[in-house]
Amino acid sequence: MSNMFRTCPDTGLKVHGPAEALIKANAVAAVVFLLIGGLFGLLVALTRWQAIHLLPADLFYLALTAHGADVLVFWMIFFEIALLYFASAVLLNCRLATPRIAWVAFALMLGGAVMANVAVLQGESSVMFTSYVPMKAAPHFYLGLILFAVGALVATAVFFGTLVIAKQEKTYTGSVPLVTFGAVTAAIIAVYTIASGAIILIPTFLWSLGLVGEIDTLTYRIVWWGFGHSSQQINVAAMVSVWYAIGALTVGSKPISEKVSRAAFLLYICFLLLASAHHLLVDPGISSEWKVFNTSYALFLAVLGSMIHGMSVPGAIEVAQRKNGFTQGLFGWLRKAPWGNPAFAGMFLSVILFGFLGGITGVIMGTEQLNIIIHNTLYVPGHFHGTVVAGSTLAFMAITYLIVPLIFRRELIFKRLAQWQPYLFGLGAMGISVFMMAAGTLGVSRRHWDMAFSDAPFAFDYPPAAFMMMGLNGIFAIIASIGGVAFIVIVVGSILFGKKRDEETARANPVVFQGGGATVSSHGAADEVKIPGTTILVAVFFLSFVLYYFVNWKYLSEVWPLS
Amino acid sequence: MALTPPEDRLWWKQPLHGIEIGWITISLLWGFLMFGVMIYWHLTGEQNLSNEAYRINPDAYAEKVEAAAALYTVREDEQSGMPVVHPPPGSDVYMLARLWEWWPILELEEGKEYRLHLSSLDWMHGFSLQPTNINLQIHPNYEMVVTITPDKAGEYGVVCNEFCGIGHHQMLGKLIVVK
Repeated sequence: MSNMFRTCPDTGLKVHGPAEALIKANAVAAVVFLLIGGLFGLLVALTRWQAIHLLPADLFYLALTAHGADVLVFWMIFFEIALLYFASAVLLNCRLATPRIAWVAFALMLGGAVMANVAVLQGESSVMFTSYVPMKAAPHFYLGLILFAVGALVATAVFFGTLVIAKQEKTYTGSVPLVTFGAVTAAIIAVYTIASGAIILIPTFLWSLGLVGEIDTLTYRIVWWGFGHSSQQINVAAMVSVWYAIGALTVGSKPISEKVSRAAFLLYICFLLLASAHHLLVDPGISSEWKVFNTSYALFLAVLGSMIHGMSVPGAIEVAQRKNGFTQGLFGWLRKAPWGNPAFAGMFLSVILFGFLGGITGVIMGTEQLNIIIHNTLYVPGHFHGTVVAGSTLAFMAITYLIVPLIFRRELIFKRLAQWQPYLFGLGAMGISVFMMAAGTLGVSRRHWDMAFSDAPFAFDYPPAAFMMMGLNGIFAIIASIGGVAFIVIVVGSILFGKKRDEETARANPVVFQGGGATVSSHGAADEVKIPGTTILVAVFFLSFVLYYFVNWKYLSEVWPLS
Repeated sequence: MALTPPEDRLWWKQPLHGIEIGWITISLLWGFLMFGVMIYWHLTGEQNLSNEAYRINPDAYAEKVEAAAALYTVREDEQSGMPVVHPPPGSDVYMLARLWEWWPILELEEGKEYRLHLSSLDWMHGFSLQPTNINLQIHPNYEMVVTITPDKAGEYGVVCNEFCGIGHHQMLGKLIVVK
């Protein structure tokens, strides 16, 4: 048994061979789907840039469907499964439960993802990622998604099994590390999410085969969004765990307070699952009471969780940096942070962009009445490119810069490019998010091939500024694509051609902050808290939030009276 | 160098730091306030959606819309040949969504109140009234009723903003507000 483990020269953690192989497989699959989905995304952005208008209508809707499925589900979930195995087997010094079943899960997920892609590329399933009934896709589109979901569910079970083994075999003492706790949060949300997906997609699959008569559109939307939105909460929980992990590994940070950070994760488990309501705020047949309660995650208690992480993540970094000797002024700790380390830079950009772009706007569009001026406009994809691209994707890219040397045991190639990559991708993602939201504020529809309405029976013009926003969106999509391609070239190139890391190279060129390995896998809080810089950052965030929130009420008040 | 402080197995007994208590309190209160604003706007705001909706068979809905159009059609649109319906102020007005059109063209009077009925005959559609920017989800089998008061004369576009197949981007309707 013991020969299946190696000791990581960087972190001192014991790494289980089969777990490591599974982490690699899932991470590689994730990156492949990022490449495919990202390419489709670029085609979409270049089509919506009206001056270029690249694809014809049918291919545009096809590309948009593929883009959604490949990056929003396949890239994210494959990567998260890799993270779950890492947070359980590696961080707990434990063997992975039933590696063989984990491989079955991987095969199911891969088979399902390929099947769904084939269905979309055949052209009969351009139904968008949401596949609202009664629009019908080919049966194997739904079947692919179902197989993927079942595979992900099995992988989650392997994760839970590993936790049980670690506890039984006493591979750690006391409580699990915070990062593992966050992974547990993500996994619990994943179970709920995937179950919702199965509950609605299985009957839809049977309906597409002609075995079920009719599916109610409102029921579909309520249950489907229990999958569609809640799966984004897996991303949030996983992303926050990654933030804590990278902070610990790059600057040796530890949570200011274990109790506060864990309670914030607990709030996610309790309340994030109500998010299906965010999509139903202007639907008929649902009462305002239901909408108000659910859309607010029960008095905004899940938002509270995110706001807590919003202070405790940078706060932990400030405490660590001050301990590392960067005590100058309010922001000396931030100026002297390792900005040339792509893991750190990607993580910190992800924190900032997620908070300001994804977080604030999510709360605003999830406000019952404000949704009237936002529903199904480009504001919606603008928001979730702030959360999923500028937030989660950037964070996952950042931790990949640690996974390559630590798990694949290869030195990064193109180090200079790697230093720039998070900034390039972050800038692109920021632009995509901002300019789509700007176009959405001007009323422009999402999922629409022709904002000039050249084939429509009437003439209608969106404001000229909206066309400019979509042009800017296209430019920033190109920047993000360059950043994305750079990421894939660096990662794939390093895995294939990077210098092998042995103990000697690990000593000569450490990627982990001295002692960081111990920090990420143990509990206990930072003993000294002086975070004036973070306090100012958080104050700026809060003021922006409050101002922008009321600006949107002002916009709403200018709309025709409705009751 | 060891960055790990003495491991405290009873981490849940550690006291909170002042800065944390402050931020949690502010965040919690802000959440309560935002929750309250939604209720407050229901009581005093002018832009709220009604909860009025009915289950209806698409054929039955089409009949209602056609009946209203037959009563109040004032002319045909030159460009499209679609009837322009001008119902009396304060009345119930009907529009339907189907692949790929909004039917008919409604002509309403500025500052008057109307009960607007909306439903789809086939797939889901999105009612996006521009440039005032009102966006509603339109389902088949559900008839939604919203009371609207157009407050500015002009020609408005009804964009479909829920993807409904290959003709989605051609699905543009018209609503006219006259003085």
